[in-house]
Amino acid sequence: MSLLRFYAANTGEALTLLGQHLLLVLASTLVAVALGVPLGILLTRRPRLRGPVLGVANVFQTIPSLALFGFLIPLPFLGGIGARTAVVALVVYALLPIIRNTYAGIQGIDPAVREAGLGMGMTSGELLRLVELPLAAGFIMAGVRIATVIGVGVATIGAAIGAGGLGVYIFRGVAMVNDTLILAGALPAALMALGFDYGLGRIERAVRGER
Amino acid sequence: MSPAAGEAVASCRGASVAFADGHVALRDLTLDVARGETLVLLGRSGSGKTTTLKLLNALVLPTSGEVVVEGRATREWEPHRLRRRIGYVIQDIGLFPHFTVERNVALLPVLERWEPDRVRARVTEMLRLVGLEPSTFLRRFPRELSGGQRQRVGIARALAADPDLLLMDEPFGALDPLTRAELQREFKALCRRLGKTIVFVTHDVREAMLLGDRLALLHEGRLAFAGAPDELRRAAHPEARAFAATLDS
Repeated sequence: MSLLRFYAANTGEALTLLGQHLLLVLASTLVAVALGVPLGILLTRRPRLRGPVLGVANVFQTIPSLALFGFLIPLPFLGGIGARTAVVALVVYALLPIIRNTYAGIQGIDPAVREAGLGMGMTSGELLRLVELPLAAGFIMAGVRIATVIGVGVATIGAAIGAGGLGVYIFRGVAMVNDTLILAGALPAALMALGFDYGLGRIERAVRGER
Repeated sequence: MSPAAGEAVASCRGASVAFADGHVALRDLTLDVARGETLVLLGRSGSGKTTTLKLLNALVLPTSGEVVVEGRATREWEPHRLRRRIGYVIQDIGLFPHFTVERNVALLPVLERWEPDRVRARVTEMLRLVGLEPSTFLRRFPRELSGGQRQRVGIARALAADPDLLLMDEPFGALDPLTRAELQREFKALCRRLGKTIVFVTHDVREAMLLGDRLALLHEGRLAFAGAPDELRRAAHPEARAFAATLDS
């Protein structure tokens, strides 16, 4: 009840923070897809890079998110205070599931299919466009879904470096020992994560169903 | 078809293949494929027959010696240009699971930018050729076909761009005996009719005798015998005698 009263009194601010949060997640996921899918494809073409690239992405994932935000602040160009730094950190977290699923999805295709394609004279690009990406699409979408859901959670910490988002309420609530404030940030974030999980899950199933 | 029957479409000249792990799959193989013939590569598992086949479409390049196809060494061909002139059928077929039968068969003609009408006509013609009624099968997906039907589609797909040379790697190996016999019989008739040059890999000596104009027997990466099927029984090489002996059992 007190939560509803809070929203009623602070509708404008709540919507702004929600919008900022959504923007952080969408921007970082888009960048992570633009980087991660090509990297995943590259790993299927250059197997030697697999260990180092997945290793680095793995290590990034293990850095506690608050520490990662902290590390980024002193960096030129990528770092500093604000939304840009938060997007960089979110991209770092989102990369691993996207790279890994792109790689695994293509690698998991029946080798006979690839051999037949190559043997018939498809170029590497034709094989990728017509066969590998369509067959791996379900896997890749699953990676995007996981990355987005993680991103919604991690983005709450963006408030610590002035990136805005729903984390602002959470941090303020923690500082003031005010459960209503914490909930005002945490509840919409949780709903947003569930929403992305459901929506992207539907897309994923639709993409898989084509086969 | 070229009028020059007997001319070599492809030849291996002292070709050896050693893999990165040091395993030598082929040693100093010299073998011609004559235009219009069906050459069967016979041998046990690991004898080098599949490697020989892959030399011909540059899926494998010789580590020494050379392989010449249509007058040019395979390392000088642009791989996909060479492969589009050569039909390729493998035991696991490798139909594209997300494509209908129609799109599978149409693949190369579409990549080669044929007119849509011509592609459609060609696909229909190819399906009839391999004994599949187009109206029934065009819209189906590979998962909706039996093993024999899939391999028929595989053959139709390999023939769609009208290659002169057809490479087949144990295409009937995974089929049940009845379907296999049926496809062997039809395939033999088809070969006669089309006059293609065919290189056919099998470990089944009966299949080799049935389909081959000529046999090449490989043993541990070396050519143990090459000649007409009825000469196999008279060959001196122990591996040839071992294979010939199974014919009488």
